[in-house]
Amino acid sequence: MPESTTSPQTARARRGRPRSGLRSLWKSPWFDIAAIIIVVVALMALFPSLFTHIDPRDCDLSKSRLGPEPGHLMGYDIQGCDYWSNIVYGARTSLEVGVYTAAISFVIALVAGSLAGYFGGVVDSVISWTSNVILGIPVGIASLVILYQFRSRTVWTIVFVLVLFSWAATMRYMRSSVMQVRNLEYIQAARGLGVGPWRILGSHVIPNAVTPLIVMTTLSVGAGMAAEAGFSILGVGLKLPAFSWGIQIALASQDGNWQIAPLLMFFPALMLGLTTLAFVVLGESLRDALDPKARR
Amino acid sequence: MTALLDVQNLSLEFRSPGNPPIAALQDVSLTLDRGETLAVLGESGSGKSITAKAIMGILPKPASRITGGRIMFDGDDLLTLPPTRLRRVQGARIAMVFQDALSALNPVQTVATQIAELYRVHRGMGKKQAHAAAIEMMRAVRIPDAANRADDYPFQFSGGMRQRIMIAMALALDPDVLIADEPTTALDATVQAQILDLLGEITQERQMALLMITHDLGVAGQLADRALVMYAGRVAESGPIGSMFESPAHPYTKGLLGSIPSAAHRGGDLPTIQGLPPDIARRPPGCSFNPRCGYATAQCRTVLPHLDPFAPDRAAACHHKGEVIADAPVGA
Repeated sequence: MPESTTSPQTARARRGRPRSGLRSLWKSPWFDIAAIIIVVVALMALFPSLFTHIDPRDCDLSKSRLGPEPGHLMGYDIQGCDYWSNIVYGARTSLEVGVYTAAISFVIALVAGSLAGYFGGVVDSVISWTSNVILGIPVGIASLVILYQFRSRTVWTIVFVLVLFSWAATMRYMRSSVMQVRNLEYIQAARGLGVGPWRILGSHVIPNAVTPLIVMTTLSVGAGMAAEAGFSILGVGLKLPAFSWGIQIALASQDGNWQIAPLLMFFPALMLGLTTLAFVVLGESLRDALDPKARR
Repeated sequence: MTALLDVQNLSLEFRSPGNPPIAALQDVSLTLDRGETLAVLGESGSGKSITAKAIMGILPKPASRITGGRIMFDGDDLLTLPPTRLRRVQGARIAMVFQDALSALNPVQTVATQIAELYRVHRGMGKKQAHAAAIEMMRAVRIPDAANRADDYPFQFSGGMRQRIMIAMALALDPDVLIADEPTTALDATVQAQILDLLGEITQERQMALLMITHDLGVAGQLADRALVMYAGRVAESGPIGSMFESPAHPYTKGLLGSIPSAAHRGGDLPTIQGLPPDIARRPPGCSFNPRCGYATAQCRTVLPHLDPFAPDRAAACHHKGEVIADAPVGA
């Protein structure tokens, strides 16, 4: 056989998407651990009954703050409710806040950043100045003031406030990324071939500019979850009878409860910490995989 | 009869906030007809690529601004055409091959998708049909195993094959005018010859007008019918390539031709044009070439020479073209 002939197998292997950097993600043990944590927490959020059969509202005051015992791995909270099932049911709210905030910020940043970066001019001025105003506000105090105005707060109230103050920074990332791509030669080439601006934006600019936004969004999920807990501790977050890790941490921190039963603080804080960290690791891994220049 | 593409007195400047505008092109005129090949020659920074990009209408705005002139194509002034009508010309009737195919192709799309995009945008074809047409086009530019390679990404191709993809994109809709911006600079010599042959054949076959930007006089001599020599954003000389190469009328053209290696230079140093091209933000007064010119007189340092016709179809922007032509021919 002459060596120049390609065997049908190699020809087939060559076709389609090249072996992408995404697959190499799995080789990192940290990524694997992070992925497992996120999957488990997501399952808790979606199907809490998979993890516990105990009703988190089935409480027995006589067992208030009791430590772990068989069948009740994390003991009981102040009201004497099973703490493990509370933790499981709390995953949904915490994750919802983080994911919704990140997702909505992503969409706003994607649209506004692309328009501002690609079209420039008046569009850019309006969007950039709006974001500058947002960036100039002290986020912590402003969030407190806004949340304080709401008598009853739902997940969406929290998400609204978080999105209000987080889209601007993400948008600026997207904008600068689009501006970098906008004048590259292949964009000029596409324009020179008569492709319209919207199509160029959608099929040439955004796919080449969206990577940093994806990474930032992933990183921000954890931040959203932590913020939810922070609001609860400050008394402007969700309130009972909702379940959330933030509320649990807040209750444990009240009246020195955590000094009597440190586990009440430890378990929700552990869950929140692990999940936040998992999203950070996921984001960092994505950055390494998607950005060839940063790959070591 | 007017030419298919007729650029008249095009002037263009670049502006950046806080700086005075820089005149990148001044008074550039050129014509190009069906079946004709025009070579645009000049050093780096002489405005060759900017001329091409201005014709294509793809210079970044508002950083660049056309300050005068017209670009007439088939009776329409491309500079005043509304965007939607302009887009029907771009790609379909005038197309461009870029210098570096790697940076001129979208890295995250397969090559077939990029070629097919043209058929989808301009001909309204469906996905499958356009994909098939793209593969057909890849065959036309002689990419081996086109059907299998269609779904590869640009980085999976060699330099020469990538340039063929670029050419396939440019030729996909059978344009009337093809602009090739140094299409072979990024390639090695053997591949260079193949790409030039391909361009020559295809443009001849389809009676296309080819605007070839190059600083390689050999390439120009091989392909072109006429030549346009640019210096510091202005046209220095234009005319049929044969007579221009035989008896250049501008000292710059003469200098370029004189620095082509030939048997006469064996063993000695190659003649060069002394000095560097001027910074276009600070052109010398008078003729831009005067600091480097052996013929320069007081007149050249104060009066800007105009592009004057002096023989059928020939013109040069030099006060001393008579002397230059009368002098001993190049390489003697």
